[in-house]
Amino acid sequence: MTSQHNWFVIPMSFILAFMLTLLPMPGWAIWLRPAWVLMVMIFWSMSSPERVNVGTAWIVGIILDVLLGSLLGEHAFALTIITYIVVRMHTRLRMSPLIQQGLSIFFLVLLYQFILFCIQGFIGSLPNNWLYWSSSLTSMLLWPWVYSIMRVRSDMKIV
Amino acid sequence: MIFLALLAITLMILDKQVATVSRVRAALSLPLAPIQYAVSWPIQLVDKILDTISSHDALVKENLNLKAEQLRLKAQVQRLLAIELENNQLKSLTHASVNIQGKIVVAQLLAVATDPFTNQVVLDKGGKDNVFVGQPVLDAFGVMGQVIQVGPLTSRVLLINDSHSGVPVQVVRNGVRAIAIGDAYTRKLRLTNVTQTSDIRVGDLLITSGLGDNYPEGYPVGQVTSLVKDPGLQFATVVVEPAAHLDKSRGVLLVWPQQVQKISNPVKS
Repeated sequence: MTSQHNWFVIPMSFILAFMLTLLPMPGWAIWLRPAWVLMVMIFWSMSSPERVNVGTAWIVGIILDVLLGSLLGEHAFALTIITYIVVRMHTRLRMSPLIQQGLSIFFLVLLYQFILFCIQGFIGSLPNNWLYWSSSLTSMLLWPWVYSIMRVRSDMKIV
Repeated sequence: MIFLALLAITLMILDKQVATVSRVRAALSLPLAPIQYAVSWPIQLVDKILDTISSHDALVKENLNLKAEQLRLKAQVQRLLAIELENNQLKSLTHASVNIQGKIVVAQLLAVATDPFTNQVVLDKGGKDNVFVGQPVLDAFGVMGQVIQVGPLTSRVLLINDSHSGVPVQVVRNGVRAIAIGDAYTRKLRLTNVTQTSDIRVGDLLITSGLGDNYPEGYPVGQVTSLVKDPGLQFATVVVEPAAHLDKSRGVLLVWPQQVQKISNPVKS
């Protein structure tokens, strides 16, 4: 019963993350948008790595590329690498308190942005704006809420 | 993990080099269209609710304003029609191309690319409505961009201030030609390869020159806002503020220009 319920929750959470990523925002806030899809990805690969793993990350990344109109494979590559790291250290991440988890999220999102930054450097111009990196900060600040909401929703017995 | 990462890198290279990948992308956009519709639906709903609750007074005032505006525009259009007729006559005298207005369809914005690296929008018209790749998109104030990908129900538009976009333009004042390249981060345009001596000034209005065959001729592109002539550089730095309201318009115009055929006719005869 529980597993069926969870099976439904995972795609729904990703669709919600896609919608939050596509939601239009005022111009000044565009750089502050948290990496919603990455946060959901980290949550699932951390709490149930046997169901959501690197392959899922790749497919989700391709969908994100099509939705955003970015280079096909760009987000797939970045998500795959971050998910690999998360799956490798999922036990450690699960055990740590929320604040410490938030800090790990900060560095993971920073690495994610750095990968995207490098790919952008290969294909075109780079942002001349330091605000580009602020997304990792907003992701870190929102992590405790995302984590708590998703843990309740997913009915998972973690810890 | 390594396999998937390599696959992603291969895809990136293919997407940059091979044109067929864009067809895969277009096919993938069909099952994803519901997500885009789902995002734009609540926004349209809020717009509708605001419309319904806006007070009677405001509506009456707006109506009066609109009537005055329409009268003014009608007068202008009458003048324009006479000028266009005269222009066409003169052009036919010189065996040049005849400028005929193409078909125009109004499309709604479905989504805006939220990735700060790209300036693209998604429209609610697609292959079903005969949208084609390379089609020019305008708004009420000027050129917005061109269609780069057509799905069955939606299409993706590259805005003129994307760093991958280039628009052939000319200065209204004296006809100096240039190419306006987008600058995604400042959301403005730059003119490339403008020599230090060319006659471009701050405040000059730029219109499409129609030379690339992609954009119809004579639509406003933008206005020169700053001009730096550094003797140390080979070319002048010209910054252009786009005329179209790239981040405000919700309704845009899709144009089916007929100029290409019209140009080829006189050559044949």
